[in-house]
Amino acid sequence: MVDTLNIEDRTGEKNLVFRRMIVAMLLVFVMVISLIARLFYLQVVQHDLYVTKSKANRVQVQPLTPTRGLIYDRNGVLLADNLPSHNLQLVMERVDDFDDTLTQLRSLIEISDWEVSRFESRLKRSRRPFQPVILKERLTETEIARIAANRYFLDGIEVDATLIRQYPYGSTFAHVLGYVGKINESELKKIDGSLYAGTRQIGKNGIEKTYEMDLLGEPGARMVETNAKGRILRTLENESSKPGVDLTLYMDLELQQLAEKELEGRRGAIVAIDPKTGGILALASNPSFDPNLFVTGISTEDYAVLRDSIDVPFLNRATRGLYPPASTIKMFLALGALESGVTSWDYRVPDPGYYILPTDEEVRKRDWKEGGHYDFVTLSDAIIESCDTYFYDLSFRMKLENMNDALDKFGFGRDTTKDVDNLRKGINPNRNWKKQRHGLSWFAGDSLNVGIGQGYVLASPLQVAIATMTLVNNGEWKVASLVQEASDELKADLKVDLPESMALDEEDWDKMKDAMRKVMHSSKGTARGTGYDSPFQIAGKTGTAQVFSVAQDETYEAEDVEERLRDHAWFTGFAPYESPEIVVTVFVENGEHGSAMGPVARRLMEHWIFREQQ
Amino acid sequence: MFQEYVRSLPDLDLHGRPPLSYRLHIDVPLLLLLVGLSSAGLFILYSASGGNLAIVKRQAMHLVLGFVVLFLGAQFDPRTYARWGLGAYGLGLVLLIAVLIAGKTGKGAQRWLDLPGLPAFQPSEIMKIAVPIALAWYLTRKPLPPKFKHIFGALLGLGVPFALIMMQPDLGTSLLIVFSGVFVIFLAGMSWRLILGFIAIFLSMFPMLWLFVMRPYQKQRVLTFLNPESDQFGSGWNIIQSKTAIGSGGFEGKGYMQGTQSQLDFLPESHTDFIIAVLSEEMGFIGAVILILTYLAITFRGMLICIRARDSFGRLLAGSLTLTFFIYVFVNIGMVTGILPVVGVPLPLISYGGTSIVTLLASFGLLMSVSTHQKI
Repeated sequence: MVDTLNIEDRTGEKNLVFRRMIVAMLLVFVMVISLIARLFYLQVVQHDLYVTKSKANRVQVQPLTPTRGLIYDRNGVLLADNLPSHNLQLVMERVDDFDDTLTQLRSLIEISDWEVSRFESRLKRSRRPFQPVILKERLTETEIARIAANRYFLDGIEVDATLIRQYPYGSTFAHVLGYVGKINESELKKIDGSLYAGTRQIGKNGIEKTYEMDLLGEPGARMVETNAKGRILRTLENESSKPGVDLTLYMDLELQQLAEKELEGRRGAIVAIDPKTGGILALASNPSFDPNLFVTGISTEDYAVLRDSIDVPFLNRATRGLYPPASTIKMFLALGALESGVTSWDYRVPDPGYYILPTDEEVRKRDWKEGGHYDFVTLSDAIIESCDTYFYDLSFRMKLENMNDALDKFGFGRDTTKDVDNLRKGINPNRNWKKQRHGLSWFAGDSLNVGIGQGYVLASPLQVAIATMTLVNNGEWKVASLVQEASDELKADLKVDLPESMALDEEDWDKMKDAMRKVMHSSKGTARGTGYDSPFQIAGKTGTAQVFSVAQDETYEAEDVEERLRDHAWFTGFAPYESPEIVVTVFVENGEHGSAMGPVARRLMEHWIFREQQ
Repeated sequence: MFQEYVRSLPDLDLHGRPPLSYRLHIDVPLLLLLVGLSSAGLFILYSASGGNLAIVKRQAMHLVLGFVVLFLGAQFDPRTYARWGLGAYGLGLVLLIAVLIAGKTGKGAQRWLDLPGLPAFQPSEIMKIAVPIALAWYLTRKPLPPKFKHIFGALLGLGVPFALIMMQPDLGTSLLIVFSGVFVIFLAGMSWRLILGFIAIFLSMFPMLWLFVMRPYQKQRVLTFLNPESDQFGSGWNIIQSKTAIGSGGFEGKGYMQGTQSQLDFLPESHTDFIIAVLSEEMGFIGAVILILTYLAITFRGMLICIRARDSFGRLLAGSLTLTFFIYVFVNIGMVTGILPVVGVPLPLISYGGTSIVTLLASFGLLMSVSTHQKI
């Protein structure tokens, strides 16, 4: 080759390649500059951004769930506990084929379609890579063992332990404690997310809800370094969580259990309060339900059974059941009449067994006792024998405003409690209320009905108990409370709205209490059967509320109608008469006569008064 | 005149005994640069593999083998290569066809040929050297610049192996081979008018390539390149993680073995194609620039060898091999830093890999052959 070329050509070719090389060199130079510029941009200009990204890659903040505060009864018995619960969870990044894995798992343990669909909806939520998703909660020991034995054949399967709420006494305290459940969408919008990092449950009602902020505690955080597969390599920082505040109730487990037993087979409520402190000793509503069902989520079928039951187990009859207070209202109206000077202990009312409204002869009200109690009835007689005629006369002369004021001073139509969740205030009627609610004026006949605790006035068993406690305390208000004062300052919103106290001479209070004692312990008393042979003196009042119509929002099966049209039975009282230690109010739907509830109250009183001896 | 020119060459002393390195056919500056680079590469690899000494040892073996090949390759006169080039090219074509029929499949591509008595290898590697030799030989048979029909012949000779390798498919290697051939033609003096014409044709063909030639995974790479965040846990993961590694390294780096992105496995392919990200994370901007400048020095040395070569064949061969080497570097760093789409091109002499290292060092053997065979 070389021989065929002359020198000139070689030089020409050499120059040609040289020139091309110079061009290439320039291009190389430009390319090197662009690479260096790119590196400069990434490493110097955008350095901070990528440092953040790199840190976000490897450092993960794991919330440390605080232990929820425990709830004890007055004697230190645990009513709401935290128990370890094992969850089966999947790391989807490590699962090859979900359907395959599910089939394998189902050959080991039971997994319902409901659980699978819940899992699938959880899967749709955003999560970081390698974050496990729960498939089944509350594994049994057997299930854990089965999964453990087979875990080498199952990629991406984990069993994780968390603490969940457990209510050892189940339905006994369901209406008081409420329960915790999964945080739902609307709650999610209201809560402070940082407090709930790692917490999946929230108090839904009852004490669990009222004291949520205290029971919750404060989450801690653990900063960990993980590798790309999500494996934790080391802990960088650890800020431990602060457990929730433990609460101690005024309630007494045994008294509550006794109240629940007394209500067995009945629909009703029992409230017991310590009049010295206002502490609620027992608050039972029957039927009840097992709050443990709600902790990890109740299945739709189980929920439907409870929701659709005609006995309405979700209704806390003690705090949300509103009924005509019937004759239990008489002491409070009478005390109001004494305060406003409408009546006196000597004032007497003729009782032919009926009452005719002086302004309208057409309005004629019967006393429950045919032929009347006596020719003339005093206030004491009217309480002891529950004379309606006396109270028709009293309420006619007292006028609605004084009645409304008297009932208000005993807490009717109000929430006077410190921490009872979601109670209903009942109705202490007045003219405006009737106008707004029914679009009608107030008639004198309406006052007569309210005078015997019927008609427009409605109250819950808790309200009757609180009114009785206030009577015991001579009108001085004690705040009805479930939870005892804690040493910590609580975050719960515990505003109390108390009415004015009734101003009466001590003599008036004593006379009223004496009349109530005679209800139990005199030959004419409506509850003399209960007072007879009682080891201590009881003061009380019976009540029998007419059920004149079926409430609009309830539907009854045909065969149930008759039973459900019977009168409601009330009893409210306190003991021992000389130095009251307990106020008990018993209410039973369709329980027919209040006197039947006296023995129930007495058994609770006895249990409480003799608790030391047992 | 020619004598005068030859005398001006610094390395050549026609009056005395040539230096030892010349007699051993070693280009000392180039060898020093290569040895320095590859030993630095072993250190980077140690960190990039998470302290895996076995990998480093294997890589060292590859390097030793590569340098032996380099040394042996440098002993032959470029004329020998010119004579054998066409044969090697022909053999390469046969093997490329064989690999398509009977090759081993790995990672979705059929690239490996396992002949009895030989270790498994990629015939496309042979072509990385055979193509520039064959084209340089073909174009220098006639005076330069080449006539249009020779350019056409050269493009045909380049197109066949390109198509065969694309069919495996192996985009990275086929592109490198195209570049090596294009550089030969470019240096041979293809007219600028033709060059611009070809660029225009190529650009207009891109939609056709997209529709009929590119595989779905190749298209995905291009889409990912345009917007890595569109699939950040899938195809975009690599590039996002490598940019994060590089960017978080900053000016000075996080320190040797201290790169969290690579040491905690966030960076995929950290010891192969993406190894520059490890270096940039741990040694920072400074380390990365020093590395790039080392590559630049090797490139300039290669260019110098090209300019000083004895004849046009040597010039075209040396020039093409040098520029291809630089393209390796540019494409690799370009893709890892996110200015080019992800193409499977290793970082020369640093990325872990057997064949690519031996082939690269063999091409430097050719450069040294050109550099040290100046006697006519």
